[in-house]
Amino acid sequence: MRYQIFVATERKEAILDPQGKATQHALSTLGMSQVGDVRIGKFIRLDVNASSQEEARTIAERSSDELLANPIMETYRIVEIREMA
Amino acid sequence: MKTRIIVFPGSNCDHDAHHAVKNVLGEADTEFVWHKEGSIGSGVDLVILPGGFSYGDYLRTGAIARFSPVMKDVINFANNGGTVIGICNGFQVLCESGLLPGMLVRNSGLKFRSKFLHIRTEQTGNRFTEMLVTGQVLKIPIAHGEGNYLAEADVISDLEANDQVVFRYSTEGGDVTDSANPNGSVNGIAGIINKAGNVLGLMPHPERACEAILGSADGLGVFRSLQHHFEKKSVETQIAEAA
Repeated sequence: MRYQIFVATERKEAILDPQGKATQHALSTLGMSQVGDVRIGKFIRLDVNASSQEEARTIAERSSDELLANPIMETYRIVEIREMA
Repeated sequence: MKTRIIVFPGSNCDHDAHHAVKNVLGEADTEFVWHKEGSIGSGVDLVILPGGFSYGDYLRTGAIARFSPVMKDVINFANNGGTVIGICNGFQVLCESGLLPGMLVRNSGLKFRSKFLHIRTEQTGNRFTEMLVTGQVLKIPIAHGEGNYLAEADVISDLEANDQVVFRYSTEGGDVTDSANPNGSVNGIAGIINKAGNVLGLMPHPERACEAILGSADGLGVFRSLQHHFEKKSVETQIAEAA
């Protein structure tokens, strides 16, 4: 089976995100003062061949643990697993 | 001092390091090793991971370079006590490889900082700074966008407790202040060594400050220390063999 897996990485809350902060300032200049905080992460799509959804998830988790996210400053979430035709 | 300089796609300080060690220091056996090589060769004394933008800094700085074929051998070399120095991007690669703790993130001021500044030598009981004096201030250039050293609080206190912080950003007079810190690094950290003392990572570029004509020759202190270390070792070996 083929799966498309979407992984999002984000900086840990305790770690300053200067890109997010700069973007929040720009949004505020734009009049979007309701936006209190902006955090910028990465959105990664993996195309995976696996025999089951569970196996696909395991592959995505291993990829994230070992390379896609640096556990010192980032967390990740598997946002979605899509089964492809 | 048999020196090997690892070249990744995107390395751009490899030739500076080569010039400093081969021409300025006079170490004839200094060569480049392309990242696709499976080995750094035998009998190597010093491995340099140079500055630059390996793999275009894709994903995170140093994250992809860590998986270059040659890195397996570099990591083995380091784990067996081999001497490795990572400068700028090389420091980032060492952190991603797990050879040094922590990581380097975007400068707190968001800007890419490229200028001469000062660093204070905190430790001289290691092979990288043994020819320097504790407290000695060096004039050295930096050129980085991601040099903000970061680690969990217990890692930082371990580094401090074990005297692993080798250089800190300082004023010309040697004061470690916030305004002397170009990137927001915790405790003004500019360079650290591993616990065993054989791996150094630093953001400033000693290889670009080895000749007065380039604005400073203070960076030579690091390379002369290494040269001294290996000469001493070779004399010790000769004495042991003669005995």
